[in-house]
Amino acid sequence: MRGVGGVAAATRRESGDGPLKLALPRGTLFAGTLELLDRVGVETRELRGDSRALVFDVRGLQLITMRPSDVPTYVEAGAADLGITGKDVLVEQRDRAVYELLDLRYGGCRMVLAGRAGDESLGESERRLGMMRIATKYPRTAERYFERTGRQAEVIDVKGSVELAPLVGLADGIIDLVDTGRTLAENQLEVREEIATYSARLIANRVSHKLRAPELDELVERIRRSTR
Amino acid sequence: MTHPIPPGTRDILPDEMRELRRLSLALIDAFERFGYGEVATPTIEYEAVLARGDERGAPVAYRFFDESGELLAMRSDMTIPIARLVANRFAAEEPPFRLCYLARAYRAVRPQRGQMREFTHAGVELVGAPAPAGTVEVIEVLAAALDAAGLGRAVIGLGDSELYKQLLDEVGVEPGARARVLDELATHDHVGLEAELERAELSAAEREVLVRLPMLRGGPEVLDEARELGGEATERATRRLAATFDGLREKGIADRVRLDLGLLRDLGYYTGAILEVYDPALGHVLGGGGRYDELMGRFGRPLPAVGFALYLERLHVAQAKEGVA
Repeated sequence: MRGVGGVAAATRRESGDGPLKLALPRGTLFAGTLELLDRVGVETRELRGDSRALVFDVRGLQLITMRPSDVPTYVEAGAADLGITGKDVLVEQRDRAVYELLDLRYGGCRMVLAGRAGDESLGESERRLGMMRIATKYPRTAERYFERTGRQAEVIDVKGSVELAPLVGLADGIIDLVDTGRTLAENQLEVREEIATYSARLIANRVSHKLRAPELDELVERIRRSTR
Repeated sequence: MTHPIPPGTRDILPDEMRELRRLSLALIDAFERFGYGEVATPTIEYEAVLARGDERGAPVAYRFFDESGELLAMRSDMTIPIARLVANRFAAEEPPFRLCYLARAYRAVRPQRGQMREFTHAGVELVGAPAPAGTVEVIEVLAAALDAAGLGRAVIGLGDSELYKQLLDEVGVEPGARARVLDELATHDHVGLEAELERAELSAAEREVLVRLPMLRGGPEVLDEARELGGEATERATRRLAATFDGLREKGIADRVRLDLGLLRDLGYYTGAILEVYDPALGHVLGGGGRYDELMGRFGRPLPAVGFALYLERLHVAQAKEGVA
C-alpha cells in the first residue's frame, strides 16, 4: 500500500456495481474456456477474433483475459469477481485468499517429476550428493513435494522452457505440467514420478461471493450444470 | 542512496496521516459513545503469554530475546493482550468490561496490497456479556463505527463457528477427516471439500448437507433453507443465529447484516457467532470478529466475550474508493 491516491486510481472497482467481471486464462486453457462459455450461453465471438484487446463487454458480463498465473491475483484483489485458472496455479499460489467453487473438468494434466531418458543422474545425485537439482516453474509445489516425500532437492526457478535445464546440465530433472507428454519425449525426458493431476477451476473473490450472491450463484449454477 | 525498511512495513506521510488521524478519531468517538473505554497494551509481550490464548491463531511475524534471554513476541492482534489485561487488572471487578483500542499489530503474511506485516487494528472487546445480547451490542457498535467512517454501504456478515464442528461430530467423522473437512471449509475450497467428504464415507444425504450449507448466505430466509437441510447441529446453529438476528431487528440494524452459513474464520479461539465486514468498493475484507467464550478461561477468568477489529488502512482505502471526503 503506497500512496493511497495512486492505489485507488490504479485498481478502482467501479464501486462493486455493474456487470460481473470474469477473469479468463489465455494459453492452453483458453480453448476449453471458450467452449465452456459457449455452453453457458456467453457470447465468445469477439474473444475468438484476432483482437489484441484484453477486456470484452458481452451481455451482462465483462470478460478479462490474462495469463493463467495472474488470475488469482486479480480475483483476490477484487479486480475480477470470478476467474478461471488451472489447479496447478492455485496450488502454487495457495496463500491467495479466494473461494474455489467448481472443478470445471477440462484442461486435465499431470504434475510430474521427469528425468533424462535412460540416464540415472537423478538417482545418482540423490545418492552421492545428497540432493537432486530440479528445474521448475513451480518452485513452491516442488519444494512441498520433496518435503512431503522426505527428500532434499535444490529447486531452480526458471521461467521459460524447463526441458532445457537437464539437457545442458543445469539440473538433474524437472518438475513440470504434462499434457500429452510429447514435449518431454521430444527432449529425451521421461516421467519418473507422478505428483498430482490437475484441471481447470472456477474461483471467486471473497467479497463478491458475499455481496453479489444471487447473480454470482446463478452464473455458477449455469456453469456447474454445463460441466456435469 | 536509499535505506531499506523491513518488508511489509511502510512510512506514512502527512497527507495520508491527516486522513488516517481523522478516521481514527471518528472510530474511537463511536466506540466511546457506547461506553467503550480506550486502552493500550505493550507492543511486545512474552511469547508464552500470547501462545496461551491462541494455539493456532494469526501467525506471529517477529519473535526475539531480550537481554535476560526471555522470548518476546510482537502481538498479532489485540484480543489476546486485552484478555490478559482484563484477567490481570480487573481481577476483582464486576463484569461486563467494555474496552476499545486503536493499535498496531504484526502478522507473518506475504506483504501485498491490503495486507501488510505491520498494520493498525481499531476495535472493541466486550467481556462478560453472553450471547445473544452481547453479540447484538457489539454488532451495533460495529455498524455505528462503519457509519462514522462514512461507509454506509458496508455490510456485516454473521455466521456461526460451531456449526460445522458440531455437524461433523453429529454425523460421526473420524478425527483426521474432520480436521481436513474443517480446513477445506475455512479455506473455502469447495472442490476440495467435496473430495474430502467423498473420502470420509458419509451418506449421500450427509454430503449434500455439508456441500449446500456453506453456500447459504443472505437474509433471514437462509435460516429456513438451512433448517430444511436438517440435522441437530444445524437446528442449534440456526436457533443461535435467529436469536442474534431478532436482537438486531429490535435495534433496527438487521439490514446492515447478512447471515452467512459459509462464514468461517481461521483463528482458533472463536466460539459461536463470527463476523466479517465487507464494502462493495473493496475486494478485501475490512475486518472481522466474533465470540470467544473460552479465551478468558485460559487466563483464569472464565467470562463470555465478543469483539471485532477493523483494519484501519483498509477502511481508509474503502473511504477513498467510496468518495468519502
